[in-house]
Amino acid sequence: MLKDVTIGQYYPTGSVIHKLDPRTKILFTTAFVVMLFFLNNLWGYLATFLILATITLLSKIPVGYIIRGIKGLVLIIMLTVVLNLFMTPGTTIATLGPLSVTLEGLKVATYMALRLIFLVVGTSIMTLTTSPIDLTDGMEWCMRFIPFVRRYAHELAMMMSIALRFIPTLMEETERIMKAQKARGANFETGSIISRAKNLIPILIPLFISAFRRADELATAMEARCYRGGENRTRMKQLAFEFRDHASLVLMVMMIVGLYLTTMINIPLGFPI
Amino acid sequence: MSVEIKNLSHTYSEGSPFEFRALKDISITIENGSFIGIIGHTGSGKSTLIQHLNGLLTPTSGTVLVDGKDIFETKKSELIQLRHHVGLVFQYPEHQLFEETVQKDVGFGPKNQGLSEDEIDQRVRQSIKMVGLDFDAIKDKSPFELSGGQMRRVAIAGVLAMEPSVLILDEPTAGLDPRGREEILAQIKSLHTQKQITVVLVSHSMEDIGKMVDKILVINEGEVVFFDTPNRVFTEISTLESIGLAVPQVTYLMRRLKEKYPEIREDIFTVEAAKKEILKVIRG
Repeated sequence: MLKDVTIGQYYPTGSVIHKLDPRTKILFTTAFVVMLFFLNNLWGYLATFLILATITLLSKIPVGYIIRGIKGLVLIIMLTVVLNLFMTPGTTIATLGPLSVTLEGLKVATYMALRLIFLVVGTSIMTLTTSPIDLTDGMEWCMRFIPFVRRYAHELAMMMSIALRFIPTLMEETERIMKAQKARGANFETGSIISRAKNLIPILIPLFISAFRRADELATAMEARCYRGGENRTRMKQLAFEFRDHASLVLMVMMIVGLYLTTMINIPLGFPI
Repeated sequence: MSVEIKNLSHTYSEGSPFEFRALKDISITIENGSFIGIIGHTGSGKSTLIQHLNGLLTPTSGTVLVDGKDIFETKKSELIQLRHHVGLVFQYPEHQLFEETVQKDVGFGPKNQGLSEDEIDQRVRQSIKMVGLDFDAIKDKSPFELSGGQMRRVAIAGVLAMEPSVLILDEPTAGLDPRGREEILAQIKSLHTQKQITVVLVSHSMEDIGKMVDKILVINEGEVVFFDTPNRVFTEISTLESIGLAVPQVTYLMRRLKEKYPEIREDIFTVEAAKKEILKVIRG
């Protein structure tokens, strides 16, 4: 159950995408996400799809695995589609009782759905191909360019990597405590909502206690090794841009220009408006 | 209750790059009223195996029969019933404590069984006594103000209070001091002899296993290596050592003695038996 969550997980395959500098991937993903919001016709979405497909193939991550990540969002996507389909005013093309579907609605709904899917897939490719440690290293570097945040870049990055580091640990812990309470006859699967909520107490209390204990132990361990973040701290692993990163950044600029150009194409594809 | 494990295999995260075959085609039978020890290297599949015995994990293939009944063919409610009969004490069970008082925490299991207040109270008293704690002194304390050893006992009492007919313990003495270990093991042993319940004990201590159990299950990388009496298992020293295990220290001593006294027996794995044998040879 908890294992099905694929967003934010790392999937090592050793592909060229995995080997890219995390900063390259963060920049690329940011540019990608921003460009998604400029798209205004299906040519743009087609181009975006091709870019995503190429990156996915290069990353060697099974397509099924990525699609599993979208599954969790099906509800949100469906809701967006349905709302846009019926709520947008314009020329009616079909009616369903008191509701009517408009051509504009169909267009907006399609674009929204595609945008959401591309958004999730694009960002999850970044997390799937970058280990959490690399990701926070990259984030730390990127944060240095944001005013106000700059001063706390290291601390924020450290907090982020600790948080990421503890997600699997706490998930494991939750599963273990759940099993232990199940072994004592606890029932989490049936009953009313109120009784189910009450049944969570035997899980949440041990989980909180262990989370606090772990936090305390980690803080002590860091202190024992004289951890002091921020200024003058050097790193064992220095980030360095290589040829493939430079090449990717050139491709990124080309992507931005290319996607921007698609917004000017006037040849209709799909929708006659 | 007898437990029959049939061609059991379990694979974690099947179909992902983290796929791991934890158990491979395990078939053994645990007789009613027997005392079984499970030994194996860290990561050999011991914990995975025992979690199948009360249906906490579902096998990838194969099945488990408890008293002849396939536990994975039954309804969910029956599986919950089954857990009342097959009690499982996890590793570091003190991490599962949550109630305000010791009495309430130990009563959690019996309460889930739907027993009456009186019966719960009686069971809680009994099981706290069984693990060697003073009921009146401890019942109103918060489980979190106890010492590590006491917490462990309270957690074990929480499973005993359900009066299971099969009791499975996953390294119940890990991280305890020698006295705590001795006491807890003695209590398990007496529970086994008094109530005739089936006990499955997972342990890393060859000494404990050697002196307590009827049969030892040795597993390595998810496969059964031996399932036999301690007598026979502990003569396979080279195989045990090749999979990262050992025999009790006293057995090593007897082997060395045999080099000097060829008439001495070496299939000995408790200090008491060794003492007897050495005296016999010296006097004899």
